[in-house]
Formats: sequence, C-alpha cells, structure tokens
Amino acid sequence: MAGARHITVSETSRPVLPRHAKLKFDETRQVWVILAPERVLAPDEIAVEVLKLCDGIRNVAEVVDELAAKYAAPREAIATDVVAMLQDLADKGFLTEAREKTHE
Amino acid sequence: MSEVLADGKVTGGDPHDGLAALESRRSSAETFGIPLAVLAELTHRCPLQCPYCSNPVELDRAGSELTTEEWKKVLSELAEIGVLQIHFSGGEPTARKDLVELVQHASDVGLYSNLITSAVLLTREKLAALADAGLCHVQISFQGNEPVVADRVAGLKHAHGKKLEAAKWTRELDMPLTVNAVMHRQNLHQLPDIIQMAVDLDADRLEVANVQYYGWALKNRAALMPTLAQIEETSRIVEDAQARLKGILAIDYVVPDYYALRPKKCMGGWGRQFFNISPAGKVLPCHAAESITGLEFESVRSNHSIAWIWQNSEAFNRYRGTSWMPEPCKSCEFREVDFGGCRCQAFALTGDAGNTDPACTLSPMHEAIFKQAELEAASDNNRFLYRNFAGGTLETGD
Repeated sequence: MAGARHITVSETSRPVLPRHAKLKFDETRQVWVILAPERVLAPDEIAVEVLKLCDGIRNVAEVVDELAAKYAAPREAIATDVVAMLQDLADKGFLTEAREKTHE
Repeated sequence: MSEVLADGKVTGGDPHDGLAALESRRSSAETFGIPLAVLAELTHRCPLQCPYCSNPVELDRAGSELTTEEWKKVLSELAEIGVLQIHFSGGEPTARKDLVELVQHASDVGLYSNLITSAVLLTREKLAALADAGLCHVQISFQGNEPVVADRVAGLKHAHGKKLEAAKWTRELDMPLTVNAVMHRQNLHQLPDIIQMAVDLDADRLEVANVQYYGWALKNRAALMPTLAQIEETSRIVEDAQARLKGILAIDYVVPDYYALRPKKCMGGWGRQFFNISPAGKVLPCHAAESITGLEFESVRSNHSIAWIWQNSEAFNRYRGTSWMPEPCKSCEFREVDFGGCRCQAFALTGDAGNTDPACTLSPMHEAIFKQAELEAASDNNRFLYRNFAGGTLETGD
C-alpha cells in the first residue's frame, strides 16, 4: 500500500533520495535539479546542501548539526527549516528512509 | 522549491513555474531555452483503439518510423543540448521491438526516462529488462476501474486485466507508478473507484485528465462530452481526494476547457517549453500540431539540428510569444498567462490556428461552442468511432 511508504520526517529519520529521484547538476543551465517522474524540481542552495548530506547513513539530527556548525547559525531554526523541507519532499514521494519506516 | 510537470502541464494548485525559474536566469525573450523534457512518440501502432486518442487522425505508418539508429542519434543529441527527461510514448511504445535498447541508450547518455504505456503488450520479463536498462518511471493508462467500461473504451477485450497485472509488476520491480485516467461522459461515474484503484495499486501519482477535444476526440465529442454538473462533481471529488490522500497519492487534474472561462496555457505556450518528436521524426510544438494544415514541420532527418529547429523553424516561431496575436488576445492582460490558449483547438473549431482559442470567454465563438457542448453532453449519442489506421471504425452492438 502507498500508505506504508508515507514517512514522517523527524530528527531520528535517515532520509535518502529513492532510486527514481535523481539529484543532478544540470550543466546546460548551471543549476542543481532533482529529476523525478515527469517532474524537474529546482532545489535552492540550502536544499541542495541538505540533500547532499541525506545519504541514508546520517540522521536528520546529524544533518542539522553539520549545517548549524558550518553556518554558525541557531540549531533550532535550521532544524525547523530542514524538517519542513524534507517533509515536503517526502509528501511528494521523492524521499524515502534508509532504515525502518515510520508508519502512519 | 519550485516544480513543473515535464510535459508542460501545470500541476493542480501549484503556482510555481520551475521552468520559468530556471529559464529566467538566461537568455532574452527572443531565444527560448531548450525544454527540460521531450516526448518521443516511437510509433503510432497500438493495440488499443481509444476514441479520444491524442495521435493525429492521419497516423504515421510503420514504414515511416525512425530506425533504432536514428532514435539513438536523436536521444544523444537531446541530452547534449540540455534535455533532462525523455518520455517514451506512442501509439504504444512497447510495440517497438527495440524499446529496451532505446531505454538503455537514454540511460547511457544521462536522460531520465519515463514510459507512457497502455501496458497490454508487457510481460514481467520485458518490464524487468526495461528496469535493468535504467527505466525510471512507468505511467499506465486506465480506461475505467473494471473491465466492462474499460475494455469497451479501449476497444480491446481483456485489456483492463492486463493493465492491472502490469501495474503490480511495476511496483514489484520498485519503479514508481503513475495511473493515467482519461475521463469523459462514459466513465466519469467511476472516478471515485478509479482513485481507490490507484491507491490499491500502490501508485505514486494519478493523472485525472479530462478529454481534450481535437483529432479523434473531436470526432467523438458527442459521445464523450460530460455535462457541466458532472464536471463540477469531478472537481469536487478530485479536490477532496487530493486533501485526503496527501502523502499517499499525488493527484494531477487536467480540467476540461470547454466549460472554463479562460483557456488553458496549452503546452506552457507554443514553442516555449515543450516539443515532441513524431514516429516519422517530425519535431512538433505539441502532439496534435500536425492537425493544423498549412504549417511545415521540420524533421530530425533534415540537415538541421534539433536545437536549430526549436529556435529557428517557421512552425515554432509562427505562434511563439505574443506578437502573432490578434485581438482580443493582443491587448488582453492575460496574454502572457495563457498565451492565447490552444492553437490546435483554435484551428479545429474556427478553421484558423491564429484565432483566439474559443475556450476563452473573450472569443466571439465561445458562447456558441459552450452551448454546443451542453447539447452534446445531454444527447444520448453514446456510440464511439474507434481509432485505427483505417480512419476509424464505428462501434457495433448495444
């Protein structure tokens, strides 16, 4: 069931792009894109930074820690933005979890 | 994050235009960036006979189809000029014996590949071979939620059952599945069940597409046209399902423009973000464009590059942008919102592709066409003219 694939992103999630969502640098347009079924998403710079860290090994908390350290920014604000961005991607079906799934 | 449907259709309720976001960073209004995605119509051959088929009434014969080597050259060229996605379509693309080879070639040159199929010719082995070749996504058309209606619309016995099977294989092979449901008066009552079917099939996405009336569909308009009440009910059902199934099933909704007040931004505007390649190699601004007589379309078999055809050919420039527009489009505040609607529909209904699309209330023909649609919707003419190479065959029985 599709419902079983629905994930709720939290700091303990270990998100990763599924096989059918490809993060790629578009040489012609000089921008990062996510190629997905019949769609081309244009992630902004922050989203690209986040997605490069979403390797299915790091959890969201670790991704947030890395970004907070890199940008010397408040951890809480970054956590809110990262979770919201990933949840949006998950809701569209372009994000999966590397380990056990959070069922609805 | 912005988003655009790769075939130029705008997704329901999403105001963002990802392509504009990409394209606005470069070039002037006079040059148009290479589309993100291209539709490759590999063949017009198809075992189905749907009466609303988007192929032209004059179908390309098997003998005129591009060869395997020609298609491979086209795919390489598309990747080189910046196309990111390829949609393998038809006719029925799996009727081509070289499909696995073409998908493999698309993967080799870095194209993201989608298969748009009726699925009735697929076997599990064939689908597995396509997945191994790098196929990224499968879209299967459904004509209803059960065989009586679905097989009648498809004009093929046992089609529905085969589609259900292929949809299951798609998910077993871990490929994302889109269910495409073309809706009209003969199947709109099944929409809630079709939505449930898509959920049960573990589809990621459902396209609820009301028939667009040119070519074969225009010939079948009286049998297909829904009533205004049906359309209102459809919109309600879709909106409800979109909210209820968020995160489970994405639903894209293509509204029927006969009952709209403003025309659709067809193909995102003529020659702005989409082209397709016909089985015989013509480069077209939309899959129905060959229905417009008097336009010459260049072929990939010509001496011109695909990029040159896109940028410079007469057919692409004829209705590109806004300078070709007559009144009431010319001074209309929405001219860059809808780009005057659909050229094929303007041609089919007014005889001149340069007229305002009659779907627009500002067209002098809008009222008459709206009335005509209402009359036909209320009629009991339910007999199909099935699509085939013989110019169509009338439905028999009942």
